Amino acid sequence: MINQTKKQIIVLGNGMVGYKFCEKLVAKDTKGQYHITVFGEEPRPAYDRVQLSAYFSGKTVEDLTMAPFEWYEENGIDLYVNEKVYEVNREEKYVVSEKGRKLYYDALIMATGSIPFIPPIPGVDKKGVFPYRTIEDLNDIMAYAQSANTGVVIGGGLLGLEAAKALVDLKVKTHVVEFAPRLMPRQIDQTGSDFLKRKIEDLGVSVHLSKNTQSIDGDGAVQAMRFADETVLETDMIVVSAGIKPRDDVARAIKLEVGERGGIVIDSQCRTSDSDIYAIGECALYNKMIYGLVAPGYQMAEVVASSLVGEEKEFVGADMSTKLKLMGVDVGSFGNPFAEGDHIDAVIMNNSINGVYKKILIDRESKKLVGGILIGDASQYGQLLPLCQAGTPVPEIPETLLLDRKLFAGAEDAELPDSAGVCSCENITKGEIVEAYKAGAKTIPDLKKCTKAGTGCGGCVPLMTDILNQEIKKAGGEVKQTLCSCFNRSRIELAEIIRTEKIRNYWEVLGRYGTGRGCEICKPAVASILASYQNEYILQHQNIQDTNDQFLANIQKNGSYSVVPRVPGGEIKPEQLIAIGEIAKEFDLYTKITGGQRIDMFGAKVEQLPAIWKKLRDVGLESGHAYAKALRTVKSCVGSTWCRFGVQDSVGLAIRIENRYKGLRAPHKIKSAVSGCSRECAEAQSKDFGVIATDKGYNLYICGNGGMKPQHAKLFAEDLDEEALIKYIDRFLMFYVRTADKLMRTATWLNKFEGGIKRLKEIIIEDALGICQELEEEMAYHVATYECEWSKTLNDPRMMNKFKPFINTVETDETIKFVPERGQKKPLDPIAGVSA
Amino acid sequence: MMSTWTKVANVDDVLENGGSCIKVGNEHIAIFNFDNKTVWYAIENTCPHKKQSVLSRGLIGEDGGEPKVACPLHKNAFSLKTGKHLGGNEEWTVKTYPIKVENNEIYLNV
Repeated sequence: MINQTKKQIIVLGNGMVGYKFCEKLVAKDTKGQYHITVFGEEPRPAYDRVQLSAYFSGKTVEDLTMAPFEWYEENGIDLYVNEKVYEVNREEKYVVSEKGRKLYYDALIMATGSIPFIPPIPGVDKKGVFPYRTIEDLNDIMAYAQSANTGVVIGGGLLGLEAAKALVDLKVKTHVVEFAPRLMPRQIDQTGSDFLKRKIEDLGVSVHLSKNTQSIDGDGAVQAMRFADETVLETDMIVVSAGIKPRDDVARAIKLEVGERGGIVIDSQCRTSDSDIYAIGECALYNKMIYGLVAPGYQMAEVVASSLVGEEKEFVGADMSTKLKLMGVDVGSFGNPFAEGDHIDAVIMNNSINGVYKKILIDRESKKLVGGILIGDASQYGQLLPLCQAGTPVPEIPETLLLDRKLFAGAEDAELPDSAGVCSCENITKGEIVEAYKAGAKTIPDLKKCTKAGTGCGGCVPLMTDILNQEIKKAGGEVKQTLCSCFNRSRIELAEIIRTEKIRNYWEVLGRYGTGRGCEICKPAVASILASYQNEYILQHQNIQDTNDQFLANIQKNGSYSVVPRVPGGEIKPEQLIAIGEIAKEFDLYTKITGGQRIDMFGAKVEQLPAIWKKLRDVGLESGHAYAKALRTVKSCVGSTWCRFGVQDSVGLAIRIENRYKGLRAPHKIKSAVSGCSRECAEAQSKDFGVIATDKGYNLYICGNGGMKPQHAKLFAEDLDEEALIKYIDRFLMFYVRTADKLMRTATWLNKFEGGIKRLKEIIIEDALGICQELEEEMAYHVATYECEWSKTLNDPRMMNKFKPFINTVETDETIKFVPERGQKKPLDPIAGVSA
Repeated sequence: MMSTWTKVANVDDVLENGGSCIKVGNEHIAIFNFDNKTVWYAIENTCPHKKQSVLSRGLIGEDGGEPKVACPLHKNAFSLKTGKHLGGNEEWTVKTYPIKVENNEIYLNV
């Protein structure tokens, strides 16, 4: 229903920018003078196109939706989806939709976005060629990829590489073809492109540069691409992502001024040549530029919403700075990354060891940061972009800008001016954040709510945290790492309290030092501390354990569990192997060898766990604690017993170590390995602690990590005999338990440890703090009190009741279903109805 | 309408300060208690995020006085009073059910 007393705003297009305009106008229109009608041609409300490739890796349409239908309803907005406007009458100021809806407007907002540019290559209309823009495109690509082995993405720009990621996720052998001699030609230089190309090729994607596609060949459907250099690339499908074309057809039809190569011309108020019609986002042409990024589009939305409520704001262009993760590779580009000339100096870091390339450009006269490129590690982006935008002179030693700030302990961060932009998605300055802080937003979630900063790509959240902490310090407050909202203390403080006061249960800790009824953060954290020091039976505290520790198994995506028995050092008897095979067959479990030299059995229903474990126990197998933040495995090579190079018995030592520390609960999981010689086949230097045999004894390495941020373990002590080695590991582990934050692996712990490895050696080897005896006693207590949790559970008939999906019936959970794959089974996804 | 209350379990069947799952017809219902079985809540057991029947196995707690459960799969938290997703996704609201305890027996109004 149209409210006659309100002014009518009609928005053409319901993409990210069109939605953002609605959000901003709703917030600003406090007097309620406007009524908004939105037309969108897609069948659903606006979604996050920036995150589109996440759709292939499991995000749903709901996850990507900016705001659901109800949001429009609640805010009095009429949203018509699946409905294009085909007629605009500028004289009488009305629009007519394809469904015949005729509506009058006071202001018309064109947010029609863009369409993919499809280059006019012969054969581009063949079956198997897809644009990459909408969720419908994605559905088509997904369906077609089922029967494709190879796929090509035309276009090595930002969106093209996103599309390539999508194809990789669809398990298609992926090629990227780019016309320019480098990837992301608008954002990065040749060296940056070389680094990026190498990283992407490591992921199995083939990159072809300087390729001019002549034709797309095939009988009906795509079979191959032919290039100007007469090479041919065979492929089953092609995704085109070769740039965008502004959607200006409606504007053209009503004779608004458009650019030579398309785009609706706007002024700094985002007005078109008709002062009652605005254009925002990718359909708009400002100063001969189309802005194909979301942040400038949001700025335009802000300008129009402001001017409608009588605020003065101007769009004066935006820089195309961007930071993103392309296939797991950090890429950042800001300011003018291609500035050159006599007045420009460049500082370049070019580290081909870990594939990191960073370049910043500085104006020689003014010492201002002009622009830059970051590949492989863009963690400085949040610091560099505001510096570049604010035009503050760079520090005397500009190299420091390229390095991790944490390497300069004690170095004060240069304070940003209030005008410095922090969130480029929402265009929020540092000043606005400080203002919100002073008005009462004292936490990151509050700041997000008040300012919207950090709600887009989230890249500025670390910078927001720095600003928040600076403000807290300025106000004389203390920046505190509290565990959660129930406790005003850190994990380390609570560990100290529990250790020294010998508190034995969570409720006492909460009652004496916390408030409320607890939460999902502090319960398992305190459970872990209690277990580290008291080593009581885990299920004695089951209502504060995470589900894995509650059921002594790893929960999987469909609510079934996986079972991993301990295989110390990776040594296993044939009869145990046979038993595992027979158990897996009997209970129909999916089996896989893990990275830690053991065997994982998946797909067990909760009621099957005790029966499975009874059989495992019968052949002498114990809990592997794969479900716990605890010692996982101690991997080993075969060592001097068999290997002709080995110098020590690595298997024997690995078994001894694994049996000593098994069951030790810690702030996070702990992995270890023992190698029998310097060839290092057990990969000990990637573990939380690793041992490498020498002809004189053992070298101990600590705080390594594989995973998301690989880090080599550091050499801690050399040529130790076995007893000294065990003593140091005892002390090291208990000191980690005592001083690490929750869910902090040893590698991060060491990186944040004041004084680093040198100080750690003083504490653990030289006993600088006089605590080593305590640490050793704590470990001795753990070793003496260890008991296999599963064995204990099976002996306790009261515990058998908990391994049931329902407490009021003996039925099984009928919603857990499996489908076959490669001769085994896998979960059936209830959402897609196909395998997940 | 007394007749709509169904007895589903005994108080002794459930873990204190934790969750359990009940099956009534085809519905999976998670029941939770706080303060050693003095405060009770019931919600549907299926997490709207990935549609898995797992919420009873999540940890319960409080957020600014609002009782909540965190899904064990991805830690999405839901109000036990209103069923609303505490992260603000309005499409992720779970059903809530009236629950009461009389003579050591638990009743649900489904």
